[in-house]
Amino acid sequence: MTDIFGIPSQVLLGQIVLGLINGSFYAMLSLGLAVIFGLLNIINFAHGAQYMTGAFVAWMLLNYLGINYWAALVIAPLTVGMFGMLVERFLIARLAHLDHLYGLLLTFGVALIVQGLFRNTYGSSGMAYDIPEALKGGTNLGFMFLPNYRAWVIVASISVCLLTWFVIEKTRLGSYLRAATENPALTQTFGINVPLLITLTYGFGAALAALAGVFAAPIYSVNPNMGADLIIVVFAVVVIGGMGSIMGAIITGFMLGLVEGLTKVFYPEASATVIFIIMVLVLLVKPAGIFGRPA
Amino acid sequence: MAIDETASANAVETERPLKVRGLQAWYGESHVLHGVDLDVARGEVVTLLGRNGAGKTTILKSIMGVMAKRKGSVLVNGYETIGLPSRLIARIGIGYVPEERGIYASLTVDENLMLPPRLKAGGLSREQVLDLFPNIRERLTSQGTKLSGGEQQMLAIGRILRTGADLLLLDEPTEGLAPVIIEQIGRIITRLKQQGFTIVLVEQNFHFAATVADRHYVIEQGKVIDMISNTHVEANIPKLQAYLGV
Repeated sequence: MTDIFGIPSQVLLGQIVLGLINGSFYAMLSLGLAVIFGLLNIINFAHGAQYMTGAFVAWMLLNYLGINYWAALVIAPLTVGMFGMLVERFLIARLAHLDHLYGLLLTFGVALIVQGLFRNTYGSSGMAYDIPEALKGGTNLGFMFLPNYRAWVIVASISVCLLTWFVIEKTRLGSYLRAATENPALTQTFGINVPLLITLTYGFGAALAALAGVFAAPIYSVNPNMGADLIIVVFAVVVIGGMGSIMGAIITGFMLGLVEGLTKVFYPEASATVIFIIMVLVLLVKPAGIFGRPA
Repeated sequence: MAIDETASANAVETERPLKVRGLQAWYGESHVLHGVDLDVARGEVVTLLGRNGAGKTTILKSIMGVMAKRKGSVLVNGYETIGLPSRLIARIGIGYVPEERGIYASLTVDENLMLPPRLKAGGLSREQVLDLFPNIRERLTSQGTKLSGGEQQMLAIGRILRTGADLLLLDEPTEGLAPVIIEQIGRIITRLKQQGFTIVLVEQNFHFAATVADRHYVIEQGKVIDMISNTHVEANIPKLQAYLGV
């Protein structure tokens, strides 16, 4: 058995994989937050609830309708995305002319209501969701045993994040989004339907959170608090990365997952707080975040 | 016949790209336009002259629907637009270049150029726009705001020529530019006029305005106070200088 810095390599690599798993969720969630913040200028406090709802929709599809994981990967984000678009169209849009603080309070309220509804129906003890048959078991990489499902989550999240980055930075639709983010009033004078873009963007952000929720369902237990617990860390990730950059949100998400995993190896006592310590340091040195542009 | 008269009246209105009556506008509580009347015929180049703060820019913003609060009547190609959001006004066929040019920093030059969707038939192709503004062709992959002021102005004009809009609103296209660039922009405006575009131009630079325009509206305190045809501009220079305070 080889040691790296006096730590058995299996332990180290195991925590790196665990860090990448957490990083996958941080990246997908902070990416959605960054996209929504860019166009709507609101911090979407409902993001954790949307992630949790994604996991619950997958659980309900399986247990009530017998619809499997692979279909849930499509259906759950679509369902939560549609719900998000309704929330944007009928609630958030009405506050668009007010201070953005009101949008934050509104989404916080929506999150509490949704969490309360699920807690009322399902309690808070959590329910199991089986790993799909095709991804059961693991692969022996020689230096460590890698569960197949975890490998899938890492690869799938990286793909989704890069695809999102590509659409926003390299396509025509993405150029509309970037233009509407930078100067919505002028973008409208070209005949581009900015209110529709805003609705679709919010729906997309919510769908991305729900997709992360489906990924999470077989790893963590499906419970009404799973989003609220995670979203606090994700907000710290977003603050560290800076709100302005899509790639920044992705990179920061994975990096902080890794940092958290490595802290578990070298100084486990700090593993729950290390992200917040980094946040404090980044705020002191570069308040706009590592990838953020100063306003 | 009454019906025939209405029909022919409509035909006249569609021949007139822009007819503004009693246009009023507000910035928050402050009332800045106090009943503006304008008429622009197809193929005309018309300037809005006036001192700083006279309301020239606000008139363009009100026509385009960027001003949140406005009243009166703005007919574009015969359609009443006063209650419409700017994205629908654009679709009737207006292209707008704001005073600050509005080049997006988060888009490349090419993306800036290709951003405005085609609104109707008759727009220039990407190649035709690049032929008109050869400087831009070499900078297509640069960030939009890395261009010089003159190049940004050309990009801002070029991108609305693709859309098929036949009425162009240009807010101070010569502001802050070197004389040689101003000349180039003047030649382009003249060429666009020959191609049948209708152009409303806000200008501080009256000498430039006189080289490109058919008529000049003089704006003061949110109203039109005079209209001078370009053929009579020589005779009216003392009066214009008094209006503009130069």
